[in-house]
Amino acid sequence: MSRQSVARAHQKIQELAWEPAYHQPVSQYGTDYTFRRAQKKDPLKQVLRSYFPMQEEKDHRVYGAEDGAIRGNMFRQVQERWLEWQKLFLSIIPLPEISAARAMPLLFRNVPNPELHNGQAIQMIDEVRHSTIQQNLKRLYMNNYIDPAGFNTSLRGFHNDYCGTIGRQFAEGFITGDAITAASIYLTIVAETAFTNTLFVAMPAEAAANGDYLLPTVFHSVQSDESRHISNGYATLLMALADEENQQLLERDLRYAWWNNHRVVDAAIGTFIEYGTKDRRKDRESYAEMWRRWIYDDYYRSYLVPLEKYGLKVPHDLIEEAWNQIWNKGYVHEVAQFFATGWLANYWRIDPMTERDFEWFEYKYPGWYDRYGKWWENYARLSEPNGHHPIVAEDVDYQYPHRCWTCMVPCLVREDMVMDEVDGQWRTYCHEACRWTDAVAFRPVFEGRQTPNMGQLIGYREWETLYHGWNWADVVSDMGFVRDDGKTMTAQPHLNLDPKKMWTLDHLRRMPPLQSPNVLLNEMTPEERETFRANYVRGGPAGRPAPAEA
Amino acid sequence: MTTSQQAASQQAASQQQRSVPKPVFTDAEAGAKVFPDSDSSARRFNYFVPARRKQTHYEDVTVEVQPDPRHYLSQNWLYGFADGRGGYPLDWTVLRAWGTDQPEPKRFPGSGGKGYEWPALGWHEFRDPNEEWELTLYRYNANVVRQLNQNVENARQTKAFGQWNRNWVRFVERNLGAWMHVDHGLGLYLYANAQRRAPTNMHNNAISVNSMHRIRSAQDLALYNLTLTEEIAGFDGTAHIEAWNSDPAWQGVRETAEQLTAIDDWCEAIFAGNVVFEPLVGELFRSHLVQHAAPRNGDFVTPTIVGAEEYDYAERDLRYTIPMFGLLTNDREFAGPNKSVMDGWLAAWVPRALAAARALQPLWSQPDAKPPRFEDGLDAAKSRFSGIVTDLGLAVPKELAQ
Ligand SMILES: [Fe+2]
Ligand SMILES: [Fe+2]
Repeated sequence: MSRQSVARAHQKIQELAWEPAYHQPVSQYGTDYTFRRAQKKDPLKQVLRSYFPMQEEKDHRVYGAEDGAIRGNMFRQVQERWLEWQKLFLSIIPLPEISAARAMPLLFRNVPNPELHNGQAIQMIDEVRHSTIQQNLKRLYMNNYIDPAGFNTSLRGFHNDYCGTIGRQFAEGFITGDAITAASIYLTIVAETAFTNTLFVAMPAEAAANGDYLLPTVFHSVQSDESRHISNGYATLLMALADEENQQLLERDLRYAWWNNHRVVDAAIGTFIEYGTKDRRKDRESYAEMWRRWIYDDYYRSYLVPLEKYGLKVPHDLIEEAWNQIWNKGYVHEVAQFFATGWLANYWRIDPMTERDFEWFEYKYPGWYDRYGKWWENYARLSEPNGHHPIVAEDVDYQYPHRCWTCMVPCLVREDMVMDEVDGQWRTYCHEACRWTDAVAFRPVFEGRQTPNMGQLIGYREWETLYHGWNWADVVSDMGFVRDDGKTMTAQPHLNLDPKKMWTLDHLRRMPPLQSPNVLLNEMTPEERETFRANYVRGGPAGRPAPAEA
Repeated sequence: MTTSQQAASQQAASQQQRSVPKPVFTDAEAGAKVFPDSDSSARRFNYFVPARRKQTHYEDVTVEVQPDPRHYLSQNWLYGFADGRGGYPLDWTVLRAWGTDQPEPKRFPGSGGKGYEWPALGWHEFRDPNEEWELTLYRYNANVVRQLNQNVENARQTKAFGQWNRNWVRFVERNLGAWMHVDHGLGLYLYANAQRRAPTNMHNNAISVNSMHRIRSAQDLALYNLTLTEEIAGFDGTAHIEAWNSDPAWQGVRETAEQLTAIDDWCEAIFAGNVVFEPLVGELFRSHLVQHAAPRNGDFVTPTIVGAEEYDYAERDLRYTIPMFGLLTNDREFAGPNKSVMDGWLAAWVPRALAAARALQPLWSQPDAKPPRFEDGLDAAKSRFSGIVTDLGLAVPKELAQ
């Protein structure tokens, strides 16, 4: 269709909407936002007559590339270090995608703009596309990559894993709670507009550098739908800004959504890009550099800041703080170290870092070796079973961290840990912003204002709780991370597939039992707890226990 | 330098000529080594039980993407609504599938994370017989819109619209025009809305695809209406709005359509839409009126447009609806209660659909060349409906005689 006929067609389909005369559509999702003064804002125009053939054309390219990759033996040059992390990433991402589809109806009754509802319905089916096209890519990896373990258990592993569960927030945050908070601010304004750039553009570029050109093919195709979704969100945001009472909620939700996305997405994608790559060319961008470009410049400076003139309160402090965490506090390195500490509770293999990696890290993040070098040397030393325990149970100057109750990433930047008694339970938080999210934002009253539609943080948010007191061998078999001989573990702290070098459940039996930091915290006396806290925040970096008091 | 200046200068450096990573031979291909799980039998998603012996591609991209605390969601849902409930509560429909009464596994310190054996709930046994996922849904709908474009283009070139008589032009601009509002309203507020609410990905994806069929059909009709406005002198492209808003013949359909969007229970919504309303009203209007009347009035184009929607419903949407509800009427624990609930839905929705259908009757006398009698069309629609109900193992409701 020509541009002109698309415009006319789009004009025509506006005639389809009608105001109910006899019955109102069911209203199933509440919000504390109001849209009384909102002018209707138009999203990007899209007519299904051109949409379906356009998407089919994109599919042709994706499936053509997939066939070509198999015929061309792409896997002969794929880096295992990289593809192993895809076992985590591709187990996570189809759920956020499908959750984005499920989120769309939360907006129907709450945002009075039929033209937007059209856009949301197309987004819904886009997201069905994204979820299934990604499942399909994972299936292709499982079938053609040397080690299918972990791909084959994917959706079981993700739902109960040591770190996979963290990623689930990036889906569940879209579909529950206050409808606008969830489906508009968290999903569209922050997750899609800010973080899909690192997810779907930066990461695939890294995949290509590791011999995998299918991830870029699929994810660029996914990303090409994103501008429409961003435009849906932008139109909704402008409408919300028209009612002054919304500004307090917008400020709350941007702070929560920004911080949670930073905690969760930067943890995962940062680790994949920095620790999952073999590409150590000095001129390749580090995650911090990509973040600075995609998130700080493109999103913060060019998208959010201009919205200030409409009254949006931009969380400048938290954006600077996220950068501070990434650049000065080693957030991504701390996370990668944590993921690798618990390698045995995962369903992929984590390659040790080598001299070449060290050199690159030191070049990109001056001071890296002093902080993390020793630990990664220990990781390499302990990677093949040789009478010792997995690294988590060996003395390597690493204090196993407490989880953050809110973002579920542990409190890794030790000095930022905050402790609070909330809902009758002592909880640790990775940062004051996460404490605020739980104790202040996700509550039915916010700064004295009734917010009856705000959601709740629920569930057993500390993974370790479920396995408190268990032997590690039982933990791993309970989660199902065992290969088809019934004893070799899915996870390994190296890439050597020689069965003699691989860890089995037998190696885990002799380990001390797993302990839940949160259970222990709640068993302490108040004095013990305060001592623990004062000591914990003196620890780090790189998880080092606090030095003995002088 | 401040940290941000450092970053900026590094960034500037990296924006200069970027070198290219060199391919490395890694031999990371399936079968390159022998080790636990290297067997081809390990190359299979093993976290669910396929419906048939052979695991399908459709199942692989669909099953378990939407998790269940009864399976592997050991830490349970992490975000909830204001009432503290997360995910996809089973009581969003009153229908029940076996296993519903078994509580979610209890979690506590040291509980472990094991769930029930898959599927744990009868809901997870549903498979969309159309096996819709992205590849199929885009291929199908792209083919439909391409075909429709061609049909309309051909008609335009052969001046086919010139043969329409006056009354038929009025008929199409008003009545076919009115129907697009039904498609649009239900597509968004019944079907798209319902895909948030079912407890499995198999249900919700099938419902999403159903939703797109209806929204596409609405747009197909709207764009057709636009073409006719351009091609036929005197074709009033806005007449459909007046018909939909105030023609008494359409108010029954409109009221029923609006009432359908007001249903809270997602199963009732799909049931009332696909089991009751579509055969008794949708097919009555499309198959027994438009498709019969058009050729007699010199119109060979409209049936190809309407035929696409006929096919969507008869061959795709109804096709998933039958097993979706058939599993529930044959459920090993709740077949009885489910059938009485569905009987109640039939008793409520059949009279509404019939009232809407009867209100349409004046349409049958509007074209110059008359279609078969209204009563004959209604009888045919009723017998189609009875067949569907019988397929589901339900009794034909007495209200059908009204
Ligand atoms: Fe998406
Ligand atoms: Fe946190």
